[in-house]
Amino acid sequence: MKKLIALCAVLMLTACGQQADTQSSAPSETETAPNASASEPQTVVVYSSRQPHLIEPLFERFTEETGIRVEFSNDNEAALIERLAAEDDNTPADVLITVDAGNLWQAGERGLLQPIDSAALNGSVPASLRGTDNEWFGLSLRARSMVYHPDRVDPAELSTYEDLADPRWEGRLCLRTSRKVYNQSLVAMLIEHHGTERTEEIVSGWVSNLATTPFSSDTLLIEAVEAGQCDVGIVNTYYLGRKMADDENYPVILFWANQDSTGVHVNVSGAGVTTHAPNPELGQTLIEWLASDTAQGEFAERNLEFPVNPTVEAQGLVRKWGAFEQDQTPLSIAGQRQAEAVRLMDRVGYR
Amino acid sequence: MLLPLLALVGLPLLMLVLAWFDPQGETWDHLSTWLLPRLIGHTALMFVVVGTGVAVIGVGMAWLSACCEYPGRRWLDPLLVLPLAFPPYVFAFIYLGLLDFAGPIQSGFRELFGGSPAFVEALSRPWAVLLILILAFYPYVYLLARASFASGGRAAFEAGRSLGVGPFATFFKVSLPMARPALVAGMTLALMETLADFGAVSIFGFDTFTTAIYRTWFGLFNLSAAVQLASILMLFVLVLIVAERFNRGERATGSEKQPRAHRIQLRGVRAGLATAGQLGLILIGVVVPLIQLLIWAWPELPAVIEGSMLRVIGNTMTLGLVGALAVVIGGLLLLAGTHKSSRRVMLLGEVSALGYAIPGTVLAVAIMLAFTRLDQWTGSALAGGLLAVILAYLIRFVRVAWGPLEAVACKIRPEYGEVARSLGVSRWRRYLRVNLPLIWPGLLTAFLLALVEIAKEMPATLMLRPFNWDTLAIRIYELTAEGQWQMAAVPSLVLVGLGAIPVILLVRRSVIR
Repeated sequence: MKKLIALCAVLMLTACGQQADTQSSAPSETETAPNASASEPQTVVVYSSRQPHLIEPLFERFTEETGIRVEFSNDNEAALIERLAAEDDNTPADVLITVDAGNLWQAGERGLLQPIDSAALNGSVPASLRGTDNEWFGLSLRARSMVYHPDRVDPAELSTYEDLADPRWEGRLCLRTSRKVYNQSLVAMLIEHHGTERTEEIVSGWVSNLATTPFSSDTLLIEAVEAGQCDVGIVNTYYLGRKMADDENYPVILFWANQDSTGVHVNVSGAGVTTHAPNPELGQTLIEWLASDTAQGEFAERNLEFPVNPTVEAQGLVRKWGAFEQDQTPLSIAGQRQAEAVRLMDRVGYR
Repeated sequence: MLLPLLALVGLPLLMLVLAWFDPQGETWDHLSTWLLPRLIGHTALMFVVVGTGVAVIGVGMAWLSACCEYPGRRWLDPLLVLPLAFPPYVFAFIYLGLLDFAGPIQSGFRELFGGSPAFVEALSRPWAVLLILILAFYPYVYLLARASFASGGRAAFEAGRSLGVGPFATFFKVSLPMARPALVAGMTLALMETLADFGAVSIFGFDTFTTAIYRTWFGLFNLSAAVQLASILMLFVLVLIVAERFNRGERATGSEKQPRAHRIQLRGVRAGLATAGQLGLILIGVVVPLIQLLIWAWPELPAVIEGSMLRVIGNTMTLGLVGALAVVIGGLLLLAGTHKSSRRVMLLGEVSALGYAIPGTVLAVAIMLAFTRLDQWTGSALAGGLLAVILAYLIRFVRVAWGPLEAVACKIRPEYGEVARSLGVSRWRRYLRVNLPLIWPGLLTAFLLALVEIAKEMPATLMLRPFNWDTLAIRIYELTAEGQWQMAAVPSLVLVGLGAIPVILLVRRSVIR
């Protein structure tokens, strides 16, 4: 028995040794220590919850242009935030990249991100798309708007998110599950605009208009609109973009919501420098580069999103959708009110 | 022997208990008003439906395979275990893709008849995930009940029949009670898996404790309340375990020489029904999912042999092999600590194996918190290392190894050891030359089971794996999260293929003549 235990211990140790090797030699061909001296290339460590194929090509370009290597670990955002908090001042991470302002706000709220005073970032990222203390910065803008099927909906019928609670949409509306942070942020913003009571009416109106139980993803929702299960739904535009990229004549159409009132609900994917970053300057350099004119176009286009940097124009397929008015409410509100929104959705039975 | 294991396993359990010292009044009020009644209702429903489902299908199929004779029996038998190679979340996305409104089946009905029958529509509803879970977990009951029927069940049935009792009465009065321990053990495994499932229930949108834990943690930003929810989930598990212990009775000592008995020869309609029933189940549980995966994966299939995929496969296999080894060693410790022991020690053993029902995410947080704290005190770097993942596997799956080991342990008779000692064989040689060969089949079964489980495990791997250490399950997670099912089909296909190898070995080891 003891022999077996010893054998197991040895195996585990060797396995750990292997892991340490792969970790240090990960993305590039050159062997370098993480803490580089003047002659060796420098390395910035990133925790990212963005899908790897969307971000990796940009990191490669960054390394080409600046000579700074990027090592990144991909995981679900809540896990990354918990990991940062647990690692505290031992963290290897310089930068946290996640989607949704709610997550960025939470990381900021827990003291995991440090304020950055950067003229470059203040120039390229509008104030409403940053943390209150400049502890995080939006890098790409995503709009959560409506999609409809033109055979069954006259676009003149459509107007606002609030209007989708009207009984004339009964049995025609599709929503994604309220578990998804995108919907939590949307409802948080509704609370900000209308107060709890009115928002509760709106969301319970949505629930009674549902054609079917909420979907687990925006993609499925769009397919349901296409197939005729429902007529209208609320989704992030890039999911429709992906469908259109596969099929030019995709029958589901985008409608910009709330153009005459609060503007369409927007959110960001964004980044911040961690409080205990070993190399905060490198982290800042990376974020500045990602927000710069040179990187913004590609960063947004890879996921069919919009640039946050107002001087950079949207590229590719999304230009078809034209310009739109966006909700100017600071995004940190979405984070502050997220828990409130979740509770509200629980109360009205939005699953 | 139990102590080191208890110390390891107790760690996350302790975290669950400690969470109650951090009361979350407001969140808790909200949860108990709006979520808890529904969650408890859903959990009860899962117990009843999945429990009944796996029992009826598992026992029924096992009875046919072990005691009857009908066309195709020999090759149907191993295929019936194969659904074990599919992770439940893969079943879930395949069947939702096939059955929901936009899927091919309902579209076909609309095209032909202008609408789908209500029962087809009902199959894409949230509760239909219960059927998916039955499909994914019935093989546990099947495997165990089949072995039990084969050893002795057949002879007892023959004896009953020779006394003039009808076949059904004999089955219910003689065979079934004999198989009860196996049935209960299989149901317990299936229900624990059901309670810990996150992937399948979230794809179907069926609210359970695991989804609520997620929601409380990520939506309400309240980890403490989430962990408190997890500890309530553990209460359900405790109920299960107690129920199992009470129903197990005396484990049959498994006489080595089984009386030869004849299979019941089914003829005509009955034989046809038996073959068709098993064939139908295999169609739903293996053939259709495989075809659907192949259709989705076809355009991307060359990607399977690309470098990055090979690396992912390598990672999956490394984690699986090392993890399974750790699990088996844990199982041996459990066995050594509890074999022929008092009830109280047995209970300690059960506590050590409790991890099976802790949702992977919660287990992962507990390990991460513990390891990072340890790192801060000692300056080690355990938190980001492989050890953390392996520990998670050990805690989560040690129960899987314990079962098969317990089943073979009864073969170690004290006489054998005494004889060996009287011949002057040293202690260690006795272990190696006498005991090891006796429990070897159980060891192998335990290892193979653990291997399949680890390859399918997703949430703990996701959170605890070292930098860039992707596995197939991780790939699938990244792609299914946004409904990109076609893209998820390639890693799923590879995972099912890899998982099938240990499953097939497992079946071959237990072929019944």
